[in-house]
Order: sequence, then C-alpha cells, then structure tokens
Amino acid sequence: MSLPSLNQPFVVGVVETPVGTVPQISSALTWRDHWGTIKARWGVGRMDYTIEPGIYALGNPGNESPVLVTANYKMSFDRLREALSGRNAWILVLDTDGINVWCAAGKGTFGTEELLHRLILSGLTKIVTHRELVLPQLSGPGVAAHQVKKLSGFRVHYGPIRAVDVPSYLDSGLKATPEMRVKTFTLRERIVLIPIELVAAFKAVLLILLAFFLLGGLGGPAGYWANAINYGLFASVALLTAVIAGAVLTPILLPILPGKAFSFKGFITGILAAALLLVVRHPDLTLWPGRLETLAWFFLVPACAAYLAMNFTGASTYTSLSGVKKEMRLALPLEIGAGVAGLGFWLTSRIIA
Amino acid sequence: MKRLTYLKNVVTLKLNEEKCIGCGACVEVCPQAVIGINGVNRAWIQDRDACMECGACNRNCPTEAVSVQAGVGCAAAVINTMLGREPSSCCCTLESCEGTENQGKTSCC
Ligand code: SF4
Ligand code: SF4
Repeated sequence: MSLPSLNQPFVVGVVETPVGTVPQISSALTWRDHWGTIKARWGVGRMDYTIEPGIYALGNPGNESPVLVTANYKMSFDRLREALSGRNAWILVLDTDGINVWCAAGKGTFGTEELLHRLILSGLTKIVTHRELVLPQLSGPGVAAHQVKKLSGFRVHYGPIRAVDVPSYLDSGLKATPEMRVKTFTLRERIVLIPIELVAAFKAVLLILLAFFLLGGLGGPAGYWANAINYGLFASVALLTAVIAGAVLTPILLPILPGKAFSFKGFITGILAAALLLVVRHPDLTLWPGRLETLAWFFLVPACAAYLAMNFTGASTYTSLSGVKKEMRLALPLEIGAGVAGLGFWLTSRIIA
Repeated sequence: MKRLTYLKNVVTLKLNEEKCIGCGACVEVCPQAVIGINGVNRAWIQDRDACMECGACNRNCPTEAVSVQAGVGCAAAVINTMLGREPSSCCCTLESCEGTENQGKTSCC
C-alpha cells in the first residue's frame, strides 16, 4: 500500500480511511496553480509539472463516492478538481510520467497495466464499496475497459472528454451526451496551443536569422554593415513573418483557409505574407538584384510557413497518421525544394548586387 | 461550426461485422463519432474520414471486431522517425501540446 505524500503544495487537509491517511485536496485553484499552468503553456518548467500518483480525497468523500481517474500531469489534475467544485469524490492519479491523459494513453503509460497496478497500490477496494471507475474518454487508446473488468472487477466508465462536463455526467447517472464525446478544435483551443508552437519555431530559426543577417552584409552595393542592416535585417523580418504566418495565422484561420492539407493552408498564408512583405519592401523590380530578392522571398516565406503549418498537425485534434504521411510525401520535398531554391535566389541577388 | 476534417480515403480503420457483438464500447470511446450502432445492433462506420487512427476503438473492442493501425498524426513525429530519432517525441494530438516531457525536441509537442 502506498499513499501520496501530504507534503504537496495543493494538499489542504487529510481524510482518514481504512487504508490510512489520504491527502485532501480542494477544487479551488490558487494563484500558484494558475501560474504553473501559464508556465506550462509557454514550455517553462514542464519537466517537473507532476504530482505524486495515488489516491486523493476531493472534499469529504465516503465509501460510496465516485472514483475519478486522471494522469499525474498537474494540469490534467487541476482541470479535473477545478470542475468538481462543491463535490465529494476520490481522485485516483496514475503515474504517467507527468504527461497528460491523451499523450500518455497513446504511449500506453495511461494504460490497463498501470491502472490495475495503481488500484492495488492505493487500496481502493477497502476505501469504496462499489466497483466503478470513471476514466477520461481520452484515455481510451491506452485502457482496455473489458480487461480491467476481468482482472480487477472494476467497471470502467468513460467520462466526457472535457473536465467541465464531468459534473453533469455524474448527475445524469454516468451518461454522456454525444457532444461530450466528440473532440472539438475551437478557436480558443487552437489559440492556447500557439505559444508552444512559437517557442519551438523560434528555437529553430534563431540561428538561421543570425546567419541571414551576417550573409546579408556580403556583396554590394554598400559596405558590409550597411548591407547587413539593409538586406540582412529585412531577411530576418521576412523569416519572422513566415513564422507568424505558419505558426500563428494558420492555426487561427485553420477552418477558413482553403484545402485539407495543413501545408497547403500554410502555403496560402505564406503567399499572403510574402505579398505583404513585397509591399513594405518596395524593391527595385527593374533591376535583377531586386527581382531575385523578391523571387527569393516568394519561395522562402511560403516554404517556411507551409513547413510550420504542417507541424501543427501534431497539435491538431483530427489528423490521422495515414493522412499526415500522405500529406508529407508531397509537401516535404516541395518545401525543401522551395527553401533551397529561395536561398539560391537570395544569395545570387546579394552577390550580383 | 462545421467540424474540421482531414484528407479523404486514407485511414486504416476496418470493421469485421461478423465478429461484432454490438456492445457499443467503440462508439463510447471514439473521440470523433466515427462509429455508430445500426438498426440490427451492430457497429458501422458512419464517418470514416473523421477517424484520426487513435486506436481507442480497437483497444476497447472485446471481440477484436474493429481494427486500425494506431498512430499519431503528427508531422514532427514522422520526421523524427525518418531521421532515426525517437518517434514518440511527439505524442499528442488531442490534448496536444499541453504536456509532454519532450518539449523542445520537436517543433510539435
Ligand atoms: S481509431 Fe479513434 S478516431 Fe478512429 S474510429 Fe477508432 S476511436 Fe474513432
Ligand atoms: S466494441 Fe467491438 S463488439 Fe463492441 S460494438 Fe464495437 S465493434 Fe462491435
């Protein structure tokens, strides 16, 4: 038997049970919990955003209170307890290495084996008299409900996808409406994913930006630093625009952009971004350096935006692996080809200037 | 709002009606409402192109009537696999980038 430590910042008290002292938690989140969520969204300190696995008491549950299962990723845990304000329930936290329910189910860490193991370790059979568990629906890829029943006697009920629907699910006698069962991808849901995409994209492009800036100094017509500031700085701005087009605009505009493939949607925002850059830059199109530079950005910006948009498939809620592979077979060579061609045009425009 | 759908006619989802006992586990667990139960109490694929190959139906079917090649529809993971790196460094599609330990390894999640 092993019970979670009482010495965790969100523990507000204790509940005595036949198996020992169980940490009590509240559904009210503190500023500290909210700050943790913000940091996690921006990719700061996510490695240790975990809580101890095991059984927790929300409010003052008794031996007939429902048992809800979640992952030991703090944000999953917080969303659940926040939704259950004013209720008494047991929360069984599985050890998913601090990964959210969906990811952990895909990897199998939120799986049948861990659930059976945690059921035994927590002594749940002595804490409650019933044999029912409510799991998040999104743990389905990892948990085989029929096997859990066979091996532990506990019947698995898949609760709604979103934690906010859990109270009405419980109140209606463990019945979920069809809407509760379908994963949406609303504007809000897309927007919260943008920071992490941006952080990742910036990490990747920072060195490239610097390289463009320094290469911009080469060639004519002015001295090295004057060129770097003119051409190099514009190159950096152009690439940043491409990042914004691919990793910010494409996710926001996802439903209204034409096509099904993400890279195509990104290509469209990339073309628009390149057109905007052209208007701002206003190059001398009567001369070859200006023409080539323009051409270069019409290759580089859409290629980069398409690539970043393609990466958003991983964050989206409706792409299949077969579909992504099909999209990539066509898109990836085009993106790389356009990137190389664009770079060639740009370097040539710098050398002949 | 109309639901977003991805590429058509690509998914590997298969249903063997003969093995199906109509328990409805696949319907309950599918996050895309791909599967329904028909008039004779058997599962049927009502919206194939919406399937994201998560594998939940397959995992929860007691008779192995429904099968799918489960995987994560994530470009960064596919690229990682091609480069011989850990493919699972991208993991998430539904709750997506809200929480993986692999942050920073890929531009995805
Ligand atoms: S693989 Fe996932 S999305 Fe596809 S039918 Fe099965 S449960 Fe639904
Ligand atoms: S889970 Fe399997 S047996 Fe049950 S309805 Fe679905 S396909 Fe049929």
